[in-house]
Amino acid sequence: MSIMTTSSIKPIRRSGHTWEIPRQGDMRVPAVFFATAELVEAMDDKVFEQAANVATLPGIVRASFAMPDAHWGYGFPIGGVAAFDPEQGGVISMGGVGFDISCGVRTLLTGVTADDILAYQKKLADALMRHIPAGLGSTGAITLDPVEMDAMLAGGARWAVARGWGEAADLERTEERGCMADARSDFVSAKAKERQKREMGTLGSGNHYLEVQRVAEVFEPDAANAFGLRVGDAVVTIHCGSRGLGHQIGTEALRDMVASADRYGIRVPDRELACAPVDSEAGARYLGAMRAAINCALANRQIITQLTREVFASVLPNARLDLLYDVSHNTCKVEKHEIDGRRRRLYVHRKGATRAFGPGHPDLPEALRATGQPVLIGGTMGTASYVLHGTAEGMDKAFGSACHGAGRALSRRAAGKRWSGRRIVDELAAEGILVRSHSSRGIAEEAPGAYKDVAAVVDAADAAGLTRKVARLKPLICIKG
Amino acid sequence: MQRQRDPDDRGWEHFEHGADVGIRGFGPTLDTAFEQAALALVATVTDPDSVRPTVAVHLTCEAPNLDILLVDWLNILLYEMATRHMLFGAFSVRIRGNRLDATAHGEPVDLARHDPTVEVKGATFTALRVTDEDGRWIAQCVVDV
Repeated sequence: MSIMTTSSIKPIRRSGHTWEIPRQGDMRVPAVFFATAELVEAMDDKVFEQAANVATLPGIVRASFAMPDAHWGYGFPIGGVAAFDPEQGGVISMGGVGFDISCGVRTLLTGVTADDILAYQKKLADALMRHIPAGLGSTGAITLDPVEMDAMLAGGARWAVARGWGEAADLERTEERGCMADARSDFVSAKAKERQKREMGTLGSGNHYLEVQRVAEVFEPDAANAFGLRVGDAVVTIHCGSRGLGHQIGTEALRDMVASADRYGIRVPDRELACAPVDSEAGARYLGAMRAAINCALANRQIITQLTREVFASVLPNARLDLLYDVSHNTCKVEKHEIDGRRRRLYVHRKGATRAFGPGHPDLPEALRATGQPVLIGGTMGTASYVLHGTAEGMDKAFGSACHGAGRALSRRAAGKRWSGRRIVDELAAEGILVRSHSSRGIAEEAPGAYKDVAAVVDAADAAGLTRKVARLKPLICIKG
Repeated sequence: MQRQRDPDDRGWEHFEHGADVGIRGFGPTLDTAFEQAALALVATVTDPDSVRPTVAVHLTCEAPNLDILLVDWLNILLYEMATRHMLFGAFSVRIRGNRLDATAHGEPVDLARHDPTVEVKGATFTALRVTDEDGRWIAQCVVDV
């Protein structure tokens, strides 16, 4: 499958938490890993091979990066970051974005405490489970006709707010101000639109969830204050993506790019790295469709936000759900970065990696600009999630990028064999965490023990300087997709 | 549901791929290997034996080669199951050249009876292989879940 023979190559330590596979063979740049020795040791050799393979792609700038939670993906490692310069033949790759385009996380403040929640915990869990469509085959109450579908694909969360799902203030706290520019709904296939027309406002399945969480610990009081997080507060975190539309666009793009890489004379070491020059017709078509899928994900999380507010209004009328921030971790975005003293316009792919802009970045809303971008890291339903912030150092080191989650330690298959969904629900209930799901097998496959230690991943990102820890969140309620 | 095999050595199994699932169908003919790969795909979601064949759906696809034909076949199934809100549990496949004609049998999703786990996002080119090994056909790839 691969023409590289780097599978036996391990990265070597360059400094404390920075590791490197030096440029060799067809690699145009080195592959750089941010991790502890323990995390590097635990990584599959395939991660090293995939990061080295990404380094062979045309127009790649500085390095092929891998975040502390990197694991074996498709073409790109999950946790992979790579930027391409169109002036140097740079490419866009579906493998650098993934099938769940713009999958991401948003966290809402609630204005109430975890103690306030506890009095209504069961009622709230049941109401959220009833009101928010989740799991395989779930459909929302919304059906989009062709005109509204195009409006949604062009407008993203801005479209959703205009239709009454949310507030204008939500848009300030969403990447791209809630609307990805240059989205092309006309580049989205009829099949992709068909898959989405009844899926707006649905969580999906797999590792997607909605959690009510308690702020268990604050690490940096000033940043936590700027983000509105205090120990004991309750927050809500939503993790989901662009649903069937994004999956269909990804499926079709992979098929197209496998063909177009040959057409453009791009030699890739792995078919999953199929790509097209940014400036080519195939590249433009994918970019336009992918941006429409970003808008679909932003609109989807926005609608779920409004559904969540409706539930809180009926169960805890004192709560006021204000958006802290919304981040996507499967994207390709055009960003300006300073490389060797020159500002360059780059196509930054983040596959299972979160954008983490540092303090002062002009794209951040004013209230967050001095602190840096909130970086939202999903853990497991039994452990913890984290809020971090971006740093100036991370901007220099990895185009302002960070990890995105714990990363699996065990396959779904192995987890499904090892755990019983029902027992996990009972055990977590005994710890004060109420889990609701349509699928007991799905819970077993998502067992907390199937994931790596999220604290180790977050600490590595912190130690590498990519981000700083702001707060740790413990689940109280988990609605599992 | 991890593995099923019958006396004429037709069957399916799952294999490990990091966070996701590899699916493999095998059998005495190319057609049976594709049918079994489809069962392996469904088995990532539910037990194929729990799906009643009350509705038949006819499907066709064509690709430049057999590898891509397998990816297309699995992706058509994912699309049809998603948009029809159905699960399939039995397949009859006929491949001539690089063209596939098939009938998929199934029923609407029943959450209580099927206990579906995950939606499969797409079939990938990872570990993709369609081969004839001394009269035993194998059709496999990794699916993203």
